[in-house]
Amino acid sequence: MIAAPQSMHFAAALPLQSGAQIRDYALSFETYGRLNADRSNAVLICHALNASHHVAGVYAGQDKSDGWWDNMIGPGKPLDTNKFFVIGVNNLGSCFGSTGPMHVNPDNGRVYGADFPVVTVEDWVNAQARLLDALGIATLAAVMGGSLGGMQALSWTLQYPQRVRHAVVVASAPNLTAENIAFNEVARRAIVTDPDFHGGHFYDHGVIPKRGLRIARMIGHITYLSDDVMNEKFGRQLRSAVSKTAAAASVGASSDAGPPQGGTAPPGGGEDTLVPSVGAYLYSTQEIEFQIESYLRHQGDKFAEYFDANTYLLITRALDYFDPARDHGGDLSQALARAGSKFLLVSFTTDWRFAPKRSREIVKALLDNRRDVSYAEIDAPHGHDAFLLDDPRYLALVRSYFDGIFKEIAA
Amino acid sequence: MSDSATMETIARLVPRGSRVLDLGCGDGAMLAYLQEARGCTGYGIEIDDTNVLACTQRGVNVIQLNLDEGLSLFDDTSFDVVLQIDTLQHLRNAEVMLRETVRVGRIGVVAFPNFAHWPNRLSVLRGRMPVTRRLPYQWYDTPNIRVGTHADLAVLALRSKLRVLDSFGIENGKTIRFAPNLRAGTSVYTLSR
Repeated sequence: MIAAPQSMHFAAALPLQSGAQIRDYALSFETYGRLNADRSNAVLICHALNASHHVAGVYAGQDKSDGWWDNMIGPGKPLDTNKFFVIGVNNLGSCFGSTGPMHVNPDNGRVYGADFPVVTVEDWVNAQARLLDALGIATLAAVMGGSLGGMQALSWTLQYPQRVRHAVVVASAPNLTAENIAFNEVARRAIVTDPDFHGGHFYDHGVIPKRGLRIARMIGHITYLSDDVMNEKFGRQLRSAVSKTAAAASVGASSDAGPPQGGTAPPGGGEDTLVPSVGAYLYSTQEIEFQIESYLRHQGDKFAEYFDANTYLLITRALDYFDPARDHGGDLSQALARAGSKFLLVSFTTDWRFAPKRSREIVKALLDNRRDVSYAEIDAPHGHDAFLLDDPRYLALVRSYFDGIFKEIAA
Repeated sequence: MSDSATMETIARLVPRGSRVLDLGCGDGAMLAYLQEARGCTGYGIEIDDTNVLACTQRGVNVIQLNLDEGLSLFDDTSFDVVLQIDTLQHLRNAEVMLRETVRVGRIGVVAFPNFAHWPNRLSVLRGRMPVTRRLPYQWYDTPNIRVGTHADLAVLALRSKLRVLDSFGIENGKTIRFAPNLRAGTSVYTLSR
């Protein structure tokens, strides 16, 4: 399936929860499949921290340009674009095409930078609703998202209960725990204290706070995996190049192992062969020693190349702020009394960042309100990341749920 | 015990239009039947992945949950009827769950294999644990960790201060009201607080 990004401009100011507003903004989006005659088969996909409107399919002539939920969405996939009209939208403040901190503020002609208004999950949902208005879609067959995307899906059912028939909320939570906010804060401090951050106006200085972004990503990445999966993937394995260097160094009785790239591989040593972690330490505090370090640094480097520092701050803040029960004295059941749609919730047993018990809180609040809800707890080893992976039970469940929605539409 | 006569017999204990919680709902067949034939609404509780999928395929609300962790998700008297069809015998905390059943539901309907059914008695008399159509497992691989009789549940209900609204047996889809402890492979109780 070939995807084509589109952009829609909105001149009218969007009032934000903070009291600020944003005008003359654009939203990037993609659509897949065809809207049916009575416009009843639209499904909105909400993205999480570092994803975008490019949900499914590939861009013409670009290898490896698969959308971030391409295993879930497409022709014949669990969310079948032969049956549904699927919309992916990039949120305000993000860095993949929609108006964000790297764009020019129409009020003063300067790049927003740190002055980009703080946006919330509710603001995003309002912006998404305007996009649907423009596309002529009054009612969604479903809204779906994982993690922060799941929060948007949940918020849709509260902000626009009449416009959503079903909500599919995956690996999400009714708010962040203190520990979760703490992780976000460490990531934000890493960015903000990077000398290249320049108070969020680094664009003017022609630099990028890459060190901060790298560390933010490394921390995030740790929390998206489970202990078991990390151990299985990396264990205590030493980075091959490093250990080979160390092995060579120890053979040559040299006290100076040098940088990882500087050593000579032992004869016959293949590039990708992992050397057992016995007796091959570098005894260095700063070189990459373990495979997991190499992996995290690689993830950090990759991320710092494409992600915007101000966007990272904005999106983690949106996560922190989301708390629909807040206006109801912390009573989630009361907060969800507004929810009009039917729900499917999915969590993953090893997800400790958005743990199953957090999903169960949502389930309980929906049960208290006698809403139609199904809930599955998938016993997957991959931690929070599981919501993006190919677990057959998970994919089959979502497929069966959308099959049910399709029957409803057809009826 | 999935034959339709038995299912219909148990379904008749559920008032029309009831809000139902089905503990250990399996593939959701009973709930689907109650929704279609008796205008009921509700949810099934299941632990097994395959059964959870079967429920969503049927369009039955299902919550994946280990019943041995309790029913804290559910408020007091939040359901008209709580079903426990062939579930009790699998539960470690069977007694607690029996009380939970009537806490969450106005009435609880409990059905389970009656170990005192006469073929089972004969088998034990011969010195062997029964292996029958109703109890098809060997003693070493049975998932039925709570083996009780129709008469046993009456004693437990009394002990747990539960009211027995009705009790009978089912054998081959037929209701057995005379000597069910001897004559019925399945025991059924309707309970309340």
